[in-house]
Formats: sequence, structure tokens, C-alpha cells
Amino acid sequence: MSNADNTKLTVIKPKKGWQILNLKEFIEYRDLFYFLASRDIKIMYAQTILGLFWAILKPAMQIIVFTVIFGKIANVSTEGIPYFLFSTVAIIPWTYMSQAMQESSQSLVSGQQMLGKVYIPRLIFPLVPILSRLIDFAISLVIVMAVMFYYNVPATLNLLFVPLFILLMASIPAAIGLWLSSLAIRFRDIKHAIPFLLQLLIYTAPIVYSAATIPEKYRLIYSLNPLVGVIEGFRASLLGTPLPWSFIWPGIITAIFLFLSGAYYFRRMERIIVDVI
Amino acid sequence: MRDKNIVIKVENISKCYRIGLKKDMHNSFATSILSFIKSPLENYRKYRALYRFDDLNHKNDSSDIIWAVKNVSFEVRQGEIVGIIGLNGAGKSTLLKILSKITEPTSGRVEIRGRISSLLEVGTGFHPELTGRENVYLNGTILGMRKKELDLKFDEIVDFAGVEKLIDTPIKRYSSGMKVRLAFAVAAHIEPEVLLIDEVLAVGDIQFQKKCLNKMEDIGKHGRTILFVSHNMAAVARICPRSILISNGGVVCDGSSHQVISHYMGNEKGTRAERTWQSKEAPGNELVRLCSVRVTSESGSVSDAIDIRQSVTIEMEYEVLQHGFAMFSYFHLINEEGIELFESFENDLEWRNRPRLSGRYVTHAQIPGNFLTEGIFYITPCLRTLKPEIRCFKVPDAVAFQVVDSIEGNSARGDCTGEIAGVVRPLLKWKTQFSTTAVRT
Repeated sequence: MSNADNTKLTVIKPKKGWQILNLKEFIEYRDLFYFLASRDIKIMYAQTILGLFWAILKPAMQIIVFTVIFGKIANVSTEGIPYFLFSTVAIIPWTYMSQAMQESSQSLVSGQQMLGKVYIPRLIFPLVPILSRLIDFAISLVIVMAVMFYYNVPATLNLLFVPLFILLMASIPAAIGLWLSSLAIRFRDIKHAIPFLLQLLIYTAPIVYSAATIPEKYRLIYSLNPLVGVIEGFRASLLGTPLPWSFIWPGIITAIFLFLSGAYYFRRMERIIVDVI
Repeated sequence: MRDKNIVIKVENISKCYRIGLKKDMHNSFATSILSFIKSPLENYRKYRALYRFDDLNHKNDSSDIIWAVKNVSFEVRQGEIVGIIGLNGAGKSTLLKILSKITEPTSGRVEIRGRISSLLEVGTGFHPELTGRENVYLNGTILGMRKKELDLKFDEIVDFAGVEKLIDTPIKRYSSGMKVRLAFAVAAHIEPEVLLIDEVLAVGDIQFQKKCLNKMEDIGKHGRTILFVSHNMAAVARICPRSILISNGGVVCDGSSHQVISHYMGNEKGTRAERTWQSKEAPGNELVRLCSVRVTSESGSVSDAIDIRQSVTIEMEYEVLQHGFAMFSYFHLINEEGIELFESFENDLEWRNRPRLSGRYVTHAQIPGNFLTEGIFYITPCLRTLKPEIRCFKVPDAVAFQVVDSIEGNSARGDCTGEIAGVVRPLLKWKTQFSTTAVRT
């Protein structure tokens, strides 16, 4: 064969030790990545009347509940920002992160049928919800715009930072999803632990309260939680208040660390996934 | 230098699994409580051990490890179609899963040249809520196709499946047959250089299966390399010139399909073309005992692979122990799918309704050539006395033979090269006449 030299050679052998993520293979399968993400969205709203409106309705209801409980009843301090506005800009990214995290962590367990029947890059599984939930997120931004318009929040140059925080926002469920999806395939305990994790996260991140209420000496440790950076970052960039970088940098570092370690752990577990399902 | 014609090179592939061990039983309340408290630690050890095989290298295999595949090596050249056969649990599917990268081998190495697609199942990723169109794209990309390729083949796939009208309807509204057809249609249109197929053809209606097998044979003719795992010996014998027999995780036999299938029937299934019994264990009763059964070809030799054009002789040797009984021997012919094709009774006029002397008898029955279809057939020899009517023996599937069709020369196949339907394949008299007068229109 004349073209034998340029045909692809696949070598299958036991892999030893730590491997880096196979991004080349992931790119080869990008069409599948796209179709799986769109399948996710279609299934999510299949046979519903409201369809994608649910992406607006769900966070909107949570915003209302939080505004009533924390804004009106508990009277949480927000440094003069109307509570409704204050919680809207936090709950929208939170909704994305919590849903993407939950789905990503369960992705391998729920995809086990497919895992054992065909080879596709395993990395696709935890990353699909990261993409598909972004569609919901994009739709729910309508709420943010409506609320900002209602409260006459002026557009500032801070808006230029929004893409950075979207990237940071997506990297967190991706990192946690890489870790937990591969752990969950071995130990189904993860499924039971995730609700607690989410509850822990919603109260340790400045979603219902302001990060400014944290005493100065604990702030560095506090902001090692990458959610702090995302929420505070979103608030500042949307509402035009000065960007609290001291809350953001530690989170970025934690997120990068979590993502890289998650990627390595995932890669290490990838080869035994099918055997331990 | 590496031989460039070798597309699949498997070197000493092994794969082991850890199986569950029996748990300790608790016979007192206290030990149960203790074990309940200790259970998280125990569970952690158990699930962690599932993929750790550190103890393998040390010495003997521990009791909870099984080798699904052990030291398998073979090579496949470009364009070859190789059947992989073996009993259930022999390791065929594990081997296929290793080759398709689904699971990693414990040791060994495989090299595969070219784009690989594996069909261990059809319709992977199908979701009931999605439309036919969406599922075609999803399933196609799962099988390794690009969107561009699917755009080009889409109409052909839909046409092949015959679901044009419902293509934009969620497949939960499809009949199960339609779903399977759509899944097969996608699978039939992948065009990899190396195709690995498990027994996916076991589902779906027969007509459609045939269509798929034909499509597969087409694929083979285009120079693709195919590995085909199957229980359907007739399909393996026809599609695959070469077969590999796997038993207990290892390669037992590798060669021409007819040879390997004969070996499989003889050694694995325990049925061969000839069987003899010592007098002690011979089937029968106090009247008659069966001594031997054999299948012979036209040359008179015992043979388990017989050309479709040749006659097959079934020979039964039995010993009559008591004088004065009239009797007749007969047999059942059963095909691979378990369908009983016919029963045939001894009808030699010389012996009909005639009491016999004690002694040895040999009865021959000839099945004409150009009558059975290709495949494996099992013979169940029986014998009955008349007045009183007693069945003296019946030995299910005592012997087996394979009818092979070489596709050369003149047979009922004519010029057809694909799969031929039917449980028999008689050679009929055909005549075609030609006349010079033009057909009036």
C-alpha cells in the first residue's frame, strides 16, 4: 500500500504511571462533543411546555426566595446595593456552577452503558455538561440584563472582565467534575456526598452575603475557595464596583491547581474505568 | 522491517479481572455489629483492589483473579476477514474490547494500522427523546464519523433503514424494528479501515440481517480488514476465509475457517463426525445397543466437512441382543439454529417388519448432495422395535457435520455469491429458452 505510511497507527498497551491529557484525541472527536452537548440540552427540556424558559424560571425563583429570606427577613448587609440586584448577579453563575458540577460528577456513572460498548475519549463525558449548561447560563443572562436595566446600573469598562469570570466559572465545575466523576465510578458514595458539597459551597461563597463581612485576617484563607473569586468578580464587573482582586487571585490559583490535578487523576483512572463499573 | 501488509498485530495480550470472593458469615449479633462498623474500611479495600494487580508478579495467581484473555498473539493482514469463534466465556468479547480500546490489557501490545471502528452493539447513544435525524448524527459520531461524512451519507442511511417519513420524529415513537433498522443503517455506513464486529447481527429481523451481512461482505471486498466475533458458524464459514478459535482465554486454533470450525465442533462442542461406544456405556437397552455412528462423504471416509454438492452418508452400527424382534432405525437432522429439518426411517424392504437374529447390523442412510444448505447439522440416531413398540435408544446430537459451499462449480447457488435464504438448498432443474422474435409492446 502506498499510503500505508500515513495511515494512523494505534498502539494498545498497558499504560504505566501518570499521563497528560490526550487533547489531540479530544479534538478529533469534537463533533461528538458538540452532539452530546446538544443531546443534553434537548433531553433536559424534552416534552416540556416551557422548554428553555425553565433556564430563566429556575434561577429567577431562587432569586426571589433568597431576596425575601435574606434580604427582607434576615436583612443581610449588602453595602447599599439593592438585595434583589445583589443576589441576581451571584445566583446566575451559582446556578450554572452547581448544575454543571452535579452533572459532570455523575457523567461517567450515567454514561456507563456507553463506556462499555464503544471507545470514545472518556474526557468527553465530564466536559459535556460544562458546555451544555453554558447554554442555560447564556439564556439566564437575560435576567441579569433585565434586573440591571430596572435598577439603572450603568455599563462600565468592568464589563470587559466578564469573559475572564465566565472562564473561571466554567473551570471550577470542570475541575471538580474531573475529580468526582472518576472517583464516583469507583465509589458510588460520591452521589450521596454531592448534595452536601453543594450546600457547603452555597454558604461558604458570598452568594447570600457580601465577602466584605469576612474579617480581614481570614480573607486569604476564605478566598482560596474559587467560588469567592467568581461571585465577587461577577458582582464587581457587572455592577461597576472596583474589582476586589485580593478575593480573586487566590481562587484562580486554587482553580488552576484543582483543574490540573483533576486532569491528571482523571487520566490515571481513565484506563480502569470500564473494569470497575 | 515491519511488514506493511499487517494491519493488526497482537502480541501476547493478557487481561485479568478480579472476581468477588465469598464473604464471611456472621453468626452472632455482636460480630454482625462489629462487621457493620468495619464495613466502610472493608469496602474501601475491596473496591480499591478491583483494579490493583500488584500481587500478580509475586508468585502464583491468587484465587480471586481470572484471566479472561491470556497470551494471545496473532496477525491480520490488510483486507483479511477473520472470524473469532469460541464458546461463551472463552474470552472473545474481552479480546474485542481490548482491540477496540474499551478496556486496557493487563500486559502485551497491539498495533493497529488505520482507522478503527468497533461494533459491539448497534445504536449506542440512541436516546428515545431525540429524533431519528439527531440520533443518526449522535450515533454516527460515537462510531467515529465526522459530521461532514454524515452529511454526505445521511440520505443513504435513512433510505437503507427505510424510515424517511419518521426521520424528524422522536425515536420513542418508532417500533422496535424501526429503531434497530436505523441503528444498523448507521453502523452499515461506517467506513473504517479496520472493523471489529461482535455478534450485533443477532438482533433484528432476518430479512434485515441478510441485508446487513451482504453490506458487510461488500465492505470486505473493498479491501477493509474485518474481525468478526460470532456464534453463527454458517456466517463465519461464508464471510471469513480464516478463523481463530479462542478457548479459555487463549488461541487454540488459527487457520482456514472450515478447519477451525471442524476443530471447534470436535473439541469444544464435543461433537464430531464419528462416535463409538464401548459395550458398557453404549446407549440402548437389553434388546439393542448402539455401537457407533459416523458421517461419511462420497469417498467413504469419515468427514466433518462435506461439499454441498456431495451426498452425506449416515452410518449406524448396532448390536441386537435378543432374537425375534422386528425393528427400524431412524434419525433426526437438526441444524445449527436447533430447527429439526426432518426425521428419516430405515426403509430397506429386505428388513421391513421382519424379526431379526441377534448380532451386529450396519445401516446406511444417504442424504443426497445438493439438498442441504451450508452450515452445521447434528444427527440424533434412534431405534425402535415394532410389536411391542419400544424405543431402544435416542442419542441427541450424537454426531455433527458441516456442509460447506466453495462457491465454485455448479451448485444450487448458480451465480449468486451472497447469503442464500432457506433451511434446504435443493438443486432444481432450470431451463431458460431464447427466441429471436421480438417482444411485442
